Amino acid sequence: MTTALAGADRYLAEFEKLERRDATGTPAWLSELRRSAMARFAERGFPTTRDEDWRYTNLAALAAAPFHSASSADPHPVSTERVHRVLIGSSAWPRLVFVDGRYAPEHSSGPALPDGVRLSSLAEAMIDDEELVERHLARHARWDTDVFAALSTAFVRDGAVLYVAAETVIAAPIELVFLTARPGVLSQPRILVAAGPHSRFTVVERHVGLTDAAGFANAVTELAVAPGAAVDHYVLQEQGASAFHMATIHAALERDSAFSTCEATFGARLARTTSTVRFGGEGGRAALAGLYVTGGRQHVDHHVTVDHAVPRCTSRQLFKGVLDGSARAVFDGRVIVRPDAQKTDAAQTNKHLLLSDGVEVDSKPRLEIFADDVKCTHGAAEGQLAPEAIFYLRSRGVDERRARRLLTLGFVREVVDRITVEPIRSYLDRALEARLGSERGSKEIS
Amino acid sequence: MLSIRDLSVGVDGKTILRNLNLEVGAGEVHAVMGPNGSGKSTLAQALAGHPAYTVTGGEVTYLGRNLLAMPPEERARAGVFLAFQYPIEIAGVSNAAFLKAAINELRAARGQEELDAMEVLELLEQKLALVEMDRSFLNRPVNEGFSGGEKKRNEILQMAVLQPTLAILDETDSGLDIDALKIVAQGVNRLRRPDNAIILVTHYQRILQYVEPDHVHVLFDGRIVKSAGKELALELERRGYDWIKEEVAA
Repeated sequence: MTTALAGADRYLAEFEKLERRDATGTPAWLSELRRSAMARFAERGFPTTRDEDWRYTNLAALAAAPFHSASSADPHPVSTERVHRVLIGSSAWPRLVFVDGRYAPEHSSGPALPDGVRLSSLAEAMIDDEELVERHLARHARWDTDVFAALSTAFVRDGAVLYVAAETVIAAPIELVFLTARPGVLSQPRILVAAGPHSRFTVVERHVGLTDAAGFANAVTELAVAPGAAVDHYVLQEQGASAFHMATIHAALERDSAFSTCEATFGARLARTTSTVRFGGEGGRAALAGLYVTGGRQHVDHHVTVDHAVPRCTSRQLFKGVLDGSARAVFDGRVIVRPDAQKTDAAQTNKHLLLSDGVEVDSKPRLEIFADDVKCTHGAAEGQLAPEAIFYLRSRGVDERRARRLLTLGFVREVVDRITVEPIRSYLDRALEARLGSERGSKEIS
Repeated sequence: MLSIRDLSVGVDGKTILRNLNLEVGAGEVHAVMGPNGSGKSTLAQALAGHPAYTVTGGEVTYLGRNLLAMPPEERARAGVFLAFQYPIEIAGVSNAAFLKAAINELRAARGQEELDAMEVLELLEQKLALVEMDRSFLNRPVNEGFSGGEKKRNEILQMAVLQPTLAILDETDSGLDIDALKIVAQGVNRLRRPDNAIILVTHYQRILQYVEPDHVHVLFDGRIVKSAGKELALELERRGYDWIKEEVAA
C-alpha cells in the first residue's frame, strides 16, 4: 500500500543518514546485521490487514504518521523527581532508565550486583563484552519474518543488556524503565536478557508515557534462558493515550528452564504484543499471562506463539481483557507441537469482559499439533458482568457503579494473583483501581 | 416496621404476587410458608429490590419510608437484608473484600467512620465462630466452590456481620443437614431483638423447631391466604398444602 511504503521509505532515509554517521567504529557484524534488517523492513513495509497476522489490526495511521527516530535527536531532559514518581521498586532495586529509547545514566541506579552479573546499556556492553552481544543480539527475535523486529534491529544502537552468570541468584527484581517523553518520536527499547545455567532472577520492563502526544515505541525483548535457569519477566505498558506501542518478546528456553512472563497493558491507542516462547530443550516450563484494560477507542492486539519443538515441556497461557467504550481486542494464541514433542502439556485460556456494547473482540486459538502423545487444551470466553452478581452486591449496600468495579477487578484477579513479587503486585492493584475508577469516586465528587 | 399493602409483582410479564398484604412489627418473627410456585421467592426478591421483579401495584412502607422507591443498595443501607436462596458466586472477589465493601457502605450510610482492613478482619473473625466457619473462608472468592451448606452459612455470616433491622431469609433452610440447620437457626436467633424483625420464607416446618415464629402465613397463588400462630406450621407439616388449596377454592 502506498501509505505503508511511504512510512517505510521515511525510516529508510533516516537509516541511511545514521549509517553514514556511524560508518566508522561499528563492528562489521553489527553493520551487516542492521543493513540486512533494514533491507528486510524496506522490502516488507508496514503490514496491512491483508497480511494474515495483521488481519484485525490496521496500521495505516501508524504508517502514515511522520515519526522520526529518537537517535537522530538529543534526549529529552526529564527531571529526577519525575522519574522517581514513575518507579515501582525501592532504591535497592538495580535499575536502568531510558528516555525515548536512549540510555539515561543519570537516572539509572542500583546496588552492587553479584559477581558475574552484567547490567548495562547496550553501548557499554558492546565495549566490554562484544562477544556476548554478538552471540545474542537479534539471534532470537525473528527480524527476518517480523517487520517490527526488523525495524528495531535496523536501528539498534542503545538498549539494556542483562547477563546473569551460571548459578547466580538475584533477589531484587531488575527494573528496566523506558520513558516516552517527547512527542513525535520513534523510540526503540531493546532488551537482551541472557540467563546462565541455573541462574534465577526477575526482570521488570516498564514502558511509561510522560506525554499524551502521539509517539511510536517499538520494543524488542530477547531472553535466552540456559538449562535449569528460572526467569520471571513482567511488562507494564502505560504509554500515553495517543501512542503506538509495538512489542516483540522472544524467549528461547533450554532444557529444564522455567520462564514466566506477565504483561499488563493499559496505555496506547494501538498496542500490539507479539510473544514467542520456543522450547529448545526438554523439561522446559513456560507461563504466559496478560491482562489488558482498555477503553475509548483503544486497540490491543496479542499474538502469542508457543513452540513446543522438543518433548516434555509445559506451557500455560492466561490472557484476560477488559473492554469498555469502543475498544477492540485481538488475541491470537498459537500453540505448535512439533512431531517429536511428545508428552507436551499445553493449556491456553483467553477471556474478555465486555463492559459496553460498542466493543469488539477477535479471539482465535490456533493449535497445530503434530505429535500424538500430548495434552493440549484451550478455552475462550466473552461475557458481560452478571446482572445477578451486581444485584447480589447491591443487596448488600454496594451501589451499582462500585459493584461493577468490584466485579471487574474480580475478573482480572486471576492474573494479578500470578504476581508474587511485591511491590509489583500492589502497584498493579493500584493501577487497576485507578484505571477502573476510584473506589470512593462518586462520594468524593458529591 | 414493615407494611405491605395490596402488593402485586410480575416477572417477565407474568403476574406472581396478587394484592398481597402483610404487616410485620418490630421484634417479630414471621414465617411465610407455601407450596412451590406460590410466590415466596418473588416476595423476598421484590422486598430486596431485584430489578427483574416489576411491582405493578400496591405499596410497601418500611420504617415509615416508601421501600419500593428505594434502589436495592438504599434498602440494604436502611437495614433490609435478604439471605438468598441461591447465593451468587463471585470470581476473584474474596469474601473478606466483599464484606469489607458492604460493612463500609452501611457504616457510611449511618455516618460512621469506615473500618480499615484490620478492623474488618477482627469483626469478621468474631462472627465466623458463630457460623462455625474457618478463617480460610474469608480469603476464598465469594461462594465460589462452596458447598450448598457453606453458601447458606455464608449468608448467615453476612447477616451476622451486617446486623440488619429487617432480615428476609429465602429458604435458607432448604437442602441443609441437621447440623447446618442448627447453625442457621442459631444465627437467626442471635439476631432476634425487640427492634429487629425477621421474615422466614420456607417450604418446610423443620427450621421452625429451632426458630419459634410469632406468626405463620400461608402464601398461595400470589397472596396470603391464611395467617395464624406457630401451630399453623405444625398443621401444614402434618396435612400438607392441599387442604389450603381446597379452602381457597371453596
